[in-house]
Amino acid sequence: MFDQSRLFMTQKFQSRIYITLRPSVLDTAGVAIETGLHQLGYQGVENVRIGKYIELVLTAKDAQEADAQLHQMCQQLLANPVIENYRFEFTPL
Amino acid sequence: MKFGVVIFPGSNCDRDVSMVTRGILGQPTRMVWHQDTDIDDLDVIILPGGFSYGDYLRCGAVARFSPVMRSIVQHVAAGKYVLGICNGFQILTEAGLLPGALIRNRDLHFICDQVYVRVEHNQSLWTKHYQPHQVICLPIAHGEGNYYADEDTLKKLEDNGQILFRYCSENGDISPQYNPNGSCHNIAGIINERGNVLGMMPHPERASDVLLGFTDGKALFEALIS
Repeated sequence: MFDQSRLFMTQKFQSRIYITLRPSVLDTAGVAIETGLHQLGYQGVENVRIGKYIELVLTAKDAQEADAQLHQMCQQLLANPVIENYRFEFTPL
Repeated sequence: MKFGVVIFPGSNCDRDVSMVTRGILGQPTRMVWHQDTDIDDLDVIILPGGFSYGDYLRCGAVARFSPVMRSIVQHVAAGKYVLGICNGFQILTEAGLLPGALIRNRDLHFICDQVYVRVEHNQSLWTKHYQPHQVICLPIAHGEGNYYADEDTLKKLEDNGQILFRYCSENGDISPQYNPNGSCHNIAGIINERGNVLGMMPHPERASDVLLGFTDGKALFEALIS
């Protein structure tokens, strides 16, 4: 079968992006969940933080370009640097 | 003064705003669709409340990339005026036109209420018709109105007199129990350093018509045209 990605030298990457509130920001929803877990008897639970998980497939020239694009996407839209941190990982498809 | 009221998909206070600027104050007012980019004829742009783009990802995060926002950045750079109310305030912080961010309310509830707000000073275009520390009553309706900024930013806001409105008691007490949503320093509204951009969570446009029972917000709009 004709493989277009070989012709244009591009590659698809399965990307997983994790966005969390910065430690200095109070996560009120996390506190509520922590209370719920304590009520269920999980007394050992602490520091519950709720974040966002985003999956996307990215076509890029190579891993270096994918990395740069994902950083840009996170800084421009996916995370708000005033309140959130992000990290991501990606694997070739 | 010519007013422009921006309509994003999901805005729901746009007509309330134009009812005040055009209907009550008799000022020329144009509705601006979020795809429009030609806003040179406008003196004051108002970003109304609502749930632009469904508030997906974060409130205001997607609206910030609307074509009209590029023109609004130029409008601000030219020293013209922008008022963001509620969702409009959230959009202005996402766009970097105002510092900080608006996060989930402290108690996680959507709050629909009338609250007391203290006008911090009247040395701005927006508050010149109020008395310093005057207590006014305005409606709020938000789930993400908890103003957050780091300590350095808060200090700058305080030192520069950029905080125009704070949540308070009927007597102007700004103790924590009179803070409905957990905002840092009880902040309800701030301006940028230049003073031409105001963002606020309370709704002055819903308190400008005697038919609605209270009119404490009207002086803000009147100050713009005087």
